[in-house]
Formats: sequence, C-alpha cells, structure tokens
Amino acid sequence: MLAFVIRRLGVMLVTALVLTFVVFYLTNLAPNLEKLARSEGSVRMTDAAVASWLDEHGHTGSVFYRYAEWLGAAPGWVRTDEKGVTRGLCIGQRDDPALAPKRCGIFQGNWGFSTVFKKTVLYSLGKSMAATGWLMLAVMLVMVPIALVIGVLAGMREGSRTDRVLSTFSIATSATPEYVSGVILVALLASPATGLSPLLAQWGWIGKKTLFMGTATSAMDHITFWNFGLPVATIALYGVGYIARMTRASMTEVMTQQYIRTARLKGVSFRQVVLRHALRNAMIAPFTVIMLQFPYLLNGVVITETLFNYKGFGWMLVTAAGNNDIEMLLGASVVAVIFVLLTQLISDIGYVFLNPRIRLG
Amino acid sequence: MTNTIWDASQPILEIENLSISFFTRMREIPAVMDFSCKVMAGEAMGLVGESGCGKSTVALGVMRDLGKNGQIVAGSIKFKGRDLVKMSEEELRHLRGSEIAMIYQEPMASLNPAMKIGAQLIEVPMIHQGMARAEAWALARQIVADVRLPDPDRILNAFPHQLSGGQQQRIVIAMALMSKPALLILDEPTTALDVTVEAGIVDLVKDLGQKYGTSMLFISHNLGLIMDVCDRLCVMYSGEAVETGAVAQVFDDMRHPYTQALFRSIPLPGADKNARPLISIPGNFPLPHERPKGCNFGPRCEYFQAGRCDAGDVAMAEVPQGDRHASRCVKWDEIDWTAAPKARIVKEKAPIGKVVLQMDDLKKYYAVSGGAFGGGHAKVVKANETLSFAAHEGETLAIVGESGCGKSTFAKVLMGLETATSGTITLFDEQVQSTPIQKRSVDTVSSVQMVFQNPFDTLNPSMTVGRQIIRALEVFHIGSSDADRTDRMLELLDLVKLPRAFAERMPRQLSGGQKQRVGIARAFAGGAKVVVADEPVSALDVSVQAAVTDLLMDIQRENKTTLLFISHDLSIVRYLSDRVLVMYLGHVVEMGSTDQVFQPPYHPYTEALLSAVPVADTKVIRKRIVLEGDIPSAMNPPSGCPFQTRCRWKSQVAGGLCDSQMPPVQVLQGGHQIKCHLSADVLGKMEPVITFAAE
Repeated sequence: MLAFVIRRLGVMLVTALVLTFVVFYLTNLAPNLEKLARSEGSVRMTDAAVASWLDEHGHTGSVFYRYAEWLGAAPGWVRTDEKGVTRGLCIGQRDDPALAPKRCGIFQGNWGFSTVFKKTVLYSLGKSMAATGWLMLAVMLVMVPIALVIGVLAGMREGSRTDRVLSTFSIATSATPEYVSGVILVALLASPATGLSPLLAQWGWIGKKTLFMGTATSAMDHITFWNFGLPVATIALYGVGYIARMTRASMTEVMTQQYIRTARLKGVSFRQVVLRHALRNAMIAPFTVIMLQFPYLLNGVVITETLFNYKGFGWMLVTAAGNNDIEMLLGASVVAVIFVLLTQLISDIGYVFLNPRIRLG
Repeated sequence: MTNTIWDASQPILEIENLSISFFTRMREIPAVMDFSCKVMAGEAMGLVGESGCGKSTVALGVMRDLGKNGQIVAGSIKFKGRDLVKMSEEELRHLRGSEIAMIYQEPMASLNPAMKIGAQLIEVPMIHQGMARAEAWALARQIVADVRLPDPDRILNAFPHQLSGGQQQRIVIAMALMSKPALLILDEPTTALDVTVEAGIVDLVKDLGQKYGTSMLFISHNLGLIMDVCDRLCVMYSGEAVETGAVAQVFDDMRHPYTQALFRSIPLPGADKNARPLISIPGNFPLPHERPKGCNFGPRCEYFQAGRCDAGDVAMAEVPQGDRHASRCVKWDEIDWTAAPKARIVKEKAPIGKVVLQMDDLKKYYAVSGGAFGGGHAKVVKANETLSFAAHEGETLAIVGESGCGKSTFAKVLMGLETATSGTITLFDEQVQSTPIQKRSVDTVSSVQMVFQNPFDTLNPSMTVGRQIIRALEVFHIGSSDADRTDRMLELLDLVKLPRAFAERMPRQLSGGQKQRVGIARAFAGGAKVVVADEPVSALDVSVQAAVTDLLMDIQRENKTTLLFISHDLSIVRYLSDRVLVMYLGHVVEMGSTDQVFQPPYHPYTEALLSAVPVADTKVIRKRIVLEGDIPSAMNPPSGCPFQTRCRWKSQVAGGLCDSQMPPVQVLQGGHQIKCHLSADVLGKMEPVITFAAE
C-alpha cells in the first residue's frame, strides 16, 4: 500500500512537471510576453523598447531555464541597469541585493505576483480556492446522495415505471448545460418579474422581492440557503443526472448477476438483496465517476461562478486568462494539476477497498 | 411448516403436466411442455438433456424464479403437498433457501464477490430461523467442515475470489445445506470443474444426501455423472420429457430413440474408434419456435415413420414391467432395441509418418507480482517444465491434464503467442521456440494452426462466414485473385461438410457445432500440417461432439495432419488418439501409446484421472480413487514430485524420496514413460481402474 502510494506520488510529480511546463511554455509565448510588456510598461513602446523591457525583467533566454527559474530550481535572474540599481527575480523593491536568496520559485513558496488582482498569486489562489471549496462541498453533499438514490432506485427494477420516470429525469438534467439550467433557475426562482417570486410576494409568503438571490457574491462572506441555493442547484443538477445514469447502468448490471439470483433463492427479501448484496458491487463503477466530478467541478464551475458572480477558482481563471496574468495562470495550473492527480489517487485506492478482487500493480 | 398434511410416504416434489413459456414481444416461446416427475423423500432424480432442452427451466420453475418473461402456463408443482404455483411471493421466500435450496453451475459467479464467505453463509439461518449471529457463525463453521474444507476459520473470512473453483463449489453446497433443506436442486454443479475435483464434489453430494436424507433434483448433460449420483432419471429433449425411469433400467433397456442415440454418440471406455465408432445424431436441435408437428425428435430419428410420428402430440406411455418407466414414443414397443447399430464404413487408419514436431526440454516461466497494491515479492510461475516429445505426420497426440497443468501454455508457445524460456521446438527443420508469431514466416504460421475451445467467441460476429475464411486465405497468401480464394473457400466449406450457402451467413445464425466447423475450416485454410485442437468439442453438446470429432479425424486422414488434441476428457482421448501425454503442474508425468496409458501400470495421477471420469455404462466397474485437496498452485509447487501432495502411492516409496526429489523418467516396455519414484515391481502390481462386469 505504502509503496503504491509513493510510486503514484512519484508519477504525479513527473506529470505535474510536464503539465506545468506545457502551461509555462504556452503562457510565455512571444506574443503574450509582448502584451505583458506593453501593459506593464507603456502601450506605446517601440519594438526595441519592448525587447529591452523583456530583457530587464528576465523574460529572455531559454524557455527551459526560465521554467527552472520559475520552479526555483535554478538561480533567479539578476540585472543591473545603467543607474546601478540591481533588480532580480528574488530581490524585492527595497531589499538589499546582497541579502536576497539566490533561488526563488514555486519550491521556495514564491508563486509570483498577480498583475490583475495586485496581490501575490498565493494569496489570490488561496482565497478563490477557499470560495470554490465551499461551493464544491455543498454541491457534493447535495449531488452524490441524490444521484445514488435515484440511480439505485431506477436500476433495481430495470424497465419499471419508477425506472422510466427517474431515467427521464436524469437524462433531462444531464442534457441541460449549466448556462441553460442556471438561467432557467434564476428566471424561475430569483427574478422579481418572472417565475414564482412575484406570485409569492403577491401572496405575502415572502418578505423580500425574490425567493432566492440571483447573485452569490454575498456568499463569499456568509453562506445562507438563499444566496447559495441556486449556484449549488445549477451545478448539482447536471451532475445528478450524469452520476445517476452511471449508477443505474451499474445497478441494472449487478441485478442480473448470478449471485443476486443466489441471494434471492436463499430467501433474502428484495430490500435486503438490494441493500446487502447489490449496493456495494453497484457502487464500484459510479465511484470513479464521482471522483472524476471533482476536477470537473474545479474547472467546470467557470460558467456558474461567472453567472452568479461568485469569485471562486473558475471566475479567477477566466479573469486571469482574459488579462494575460501569466503568473496567476501558472499558479492556477499547478493547483489544478495537483488536485486532479490527488483525486485520482484517492479514487484508485478507494476502488481497491470497494472491490476486493482488484489488485493494483 | 406445521400446517401441512404431508408425510414421508408422499413424494417431496411432484410436478404434474408442467408447461413453462417465455413471452417475448414477438411470440410465446414454450420452453417446457407437459413435464411430469415425482421425487420421493431421499431420492435423487436426474434430469438429462442437451443445452436448450429445458432442464434448467424446470429447476427455475420449481424455484418460481423465471424472470419477468417466464411464466408457468399450465400444470402444478407440489412440494410436500403444497402447490408452489399458487404461492405468494412471501410464502415462496420462506421456502427458498430453507426447504428448497439450489446449487449452481458456476460457483464463482454465484457467490457475491464483495462479501466474505462467512457473511454469505450465516445469512441463511439468520433469515429463516432468526438465529443469532454468533450461533449462525458456529453453524457455518461446522457445515464448512462438513463439506470437507480445510481450515474453516480462514475460509469464512475469505472472499470468494481467494478460493479455488472446487472450494467455491463446496461453499455453494454449504450454503445450500445451512438450513437442512428437504430438496436440493443441483444445476450442472460440476460442469465448470476439473474431473478430479468433480469426483470429490460428486462424492460429497452423495454422502450429504445420505447423511441428511435430502432429496435431489440433479441436472446434468453428463450421463455418467447421472449414473453415479441418481436413483432415477428423466431424459429431456426440446422441452419435453422423452423417457423416465430408474437409472439402471433406462441405461440398459432404453425405450426411446433419443436416449439410444445419445448413448451411441458418447465414447465409452474400452471402445475403440474402429470397433465402435461414435454415431452422431443427424441434424440439429430444433429451435423452440420451429418445433415439428408430432414427435419433436422425429426429423432426426432413425425410426421415423411419416404419418404416425408426425400425426399429433405424443403422450408418455408406461412401459410395462418397469419401475415407473415411461417413454414418449409411439413406436416404443415395435422397435428392436437390441439390434446393433448399422455398421459404419470402416475407415483405414492413415500410416504414421516421419517426425514433424520435436520438443526438447521446453520450459516456460512467467514472472508475476504479489500484493494488492503491486510490489511484494515477484514470483515465478513454472507453467511448463522440461517438456520433451515428438509428434509424427498423421498422428493424433493427446495432451491430457486438468486446468493449470500447463497444456494451454504449451500450445501458446508452439503457436508463437509466447516464446519459450529455454529448450527447443523443432517444427519440420526450423527452430521456432523463440520466434514470436509476428516474426514467423507465412509458411510457418499457416502450417501450424489452432482450433479453439469456444466456437462462440472465436468468430467475428460482424463478418460473414465466407468472408472470415477468405480473410484467412488472404493472410496466408493463398490464391491469386478474389475469385480463386472464393473457390477455395467453398471447397473448405465442403471439407467441413457445411452447405455452401453458409458462406453468406453470419456467425449468430449458426449452431455451436456449425461454428466449430467454421473454426476448423479456418484452421485448415492454409493447408495446416500441425493442428492444435484445444478442447475443440468440450463446449458442444454430446450429440454434436461425435460429429465434430469424426470430422477432425476425417480431415486428418485425408491431409495426413498431425493433430495435437488437448483435452481433459479421457473418454474422447481414448477414442481418437494414437499416443497420450499426461501433464500435471507443468510436468509430463506419463507418456505412451493410448493402450499403454489406459492400462496399468499407471502413473498415480493418471490412475486417479481415469477413475474420476464418470462412465455411462452400467457394466463398467470403476475403482473409486478420490484425490484429496486441490491442484497446488504453479506459483508455489510442492517440493520433490509435483503430485506428492495428493498421491495415494506415496507410502510405497521408501526414504521420503517423493518429498525431496523430482522423480526420474522411467522408460518401461515399448517406450512407455512414467515420471515416478515407484519401483517397477510396484508399478507392475497395479490393477486396472476400469473393468467390465461379466455378462
């Protein structure tokens, strides 16, 4: 077990290095850097001025060396201009160049400075990850149990009326993208002019103008059912359909297995057949799908976060990408890569515990 | 069950005029028609028939577990006097597992893979007797010991996949016995197991039947097994019972043409291929919706008489002077049942030619890792150890052994799917042991071909039969144009005695036997000189087995092919092979001509193997040698002789040689080789396993 985890962590490290290099290479392409020079320096710089700005800020030289600098594996760049001022990757504005460390990068905890948010990358990342973390937690808590219950109920009697009703529901939700369901939910529940809210307000059932709030910005500070309900519902709806379909497929297959017949002919009641004999076997396939939902949530929440103006990871990613915020993007990619790989590791280990026949090698 | 008015003189199970149908969108498909049988207390009733004859449907009908589409359309099933057909789900649930229990064909599939054995066993008394957990656990422990499994505590805490097939089946039996049922239904309980393991299970089932007084409904396609286990039997054909009676009576004085044809199509020990050729039943099993009018067996029956046999439904007729012996044949008292089968054209055996294939000291080892998360110590599986033999042109060499003995590995190495660890394979004049199939020349590949065990999986389901054979011809560079190859393909269909129209058919439109014929045509497409037939008939029904076996031998005679016949079925091996090679745990333990191997002196393993094969002949007296335990894992073979852990002759060897030393190969008279420590003296005193009762 330990050897397996260590081996997987090693593979993870290599994967993370490769992936971050790809992101580094793409974000540091010449046009991006030129854009950076013009936005940080002056829009009207000449080409020669751009070149010298880039050189002064350590953006020239081999891409591999710059990548190593960014990682903190190679010594950071140091430049002394004609006024005798020495600046460098690791030298702050007022620091003494002689006292500055030689290397400063991801390894040393220096993730760079966000040009959009005017904060360090680490700080902005931490804040947006925390916000998205709460969103994810809420979504998972709502989505997984509902999806599993729907899937199991639908799958235990394939072709029954329950199955058909629940399957129709899950197909409908998984066929509705977030930007559609989000808009529908807002129109239905969070608009003072349409949907339920005007009726409820008219009947005097709610004191405010709308039932739910159409924006989740206030949830950044204080989460309530009313400001968080819609974004959670929007994301969860899609996932519910998807996971429920997977669970149903897995459940129907398990219910046709011979050991289920064995259990039935042992005199086990239908309820116990489902709960004791089928459930654990039926959970094996959806478990992987559920674990795959985590990375999806991390990146796929972009639309929902933008729609509900919730400043989480997805919203931040969009803003950073739109504004050529290279260091922020790089930081986000590191977090995303590690997150995806970690959830897959957990998924593989969990798989072994669910399925006693599996041996990982 | 206190409210029943049942006493032990009444039948436990009484099925009367039972008809079961499956309903599809298109039509109603009758699976069982007008089926009646009686099982008395303590009696074992056998249900025999080929696949699709409805015997499993009867069993599931008794359990009332026919699925959504199945329905009992007529008749009654009385269990201890109560009609199961009229019972509610809840009443049935109380009966299932407690009064009627079932044992299934595939033990691995019928145990829950994610539950420990113990948990699956204790469920039964906990549900039916409301037993406390600890008490149920103690009972489970006792029953596991009863089914002769070693170390019950370890077994109870194991998952099904950690046990061998034989152990799993013992667990399924234990599960059925947990609440001492009155009726046990066994649906092909040993079909998925090896013969020596099967012998152990059959022994166990018989003993437990006597010990607990359980009645049994034993379903099998194997007549020998039925004779071993059952008191009475019922032969089924295409949804109907065609003959029923006491085992000895039906075996010796059968009164239905199908029963007779069935017996003539199975090889019996002592029967030589030339003296008593197998007679296959012509034609095919009718599909449920294509059953003929009148007698279902009519179109395939030797005694068919138009106007009488196809006039209308045939009823069961009591055979006088029998013990409840009945036959569903209108002509049963007109047929001369003692007449010998029509003489077949005796075919001349092709002379055996020069050496075609020579193996010397062939070894194949695999490395595997242990531990659930990888890592652990790498282990070596010795799949083949020092395999040496020669095969001649036109010869049939049978390779016999149980699963895990290395016979399939050997075939893979020969075919080039694996390369040998050491040793040589000389094919004609070429050494091929380390040439993988991708690097072999087209000539070599086309001259060594294989016929596979399962014809259902080896044909591409989305390609016509003709196209698949043409594809093989293309691969082997045979024929210069498409027209050429089409001609050759049609010739190949002729060769395997399939109508030429089959070229346009899809594999799903073919029966199992027909598919296997296509497999054989494909193997011979490139003019194969050596054909490895890996259990070519074991997936087929008995009546078809004979035809396919005969076909293989006909082609061999014409083409002077060397046939390496891999099988675990000793009856068929004896019937068709010239020489036999017996393998155990990667070792060749005995090799010699068929007569040498099937007569003493035997290798102790061969002796056990011979005695384990059920024989469907009341005149045969068979010594029972039941091997203890399972085949050891090739990953962890025993020290010394591989067979020493199960050998009953071990005490005859002085000095514990069996534990410490690999036995030498003794060459006896006539080149008969035995790998054993037993002295020639002891070997010479061995008695034959199979003898014939004086008539």
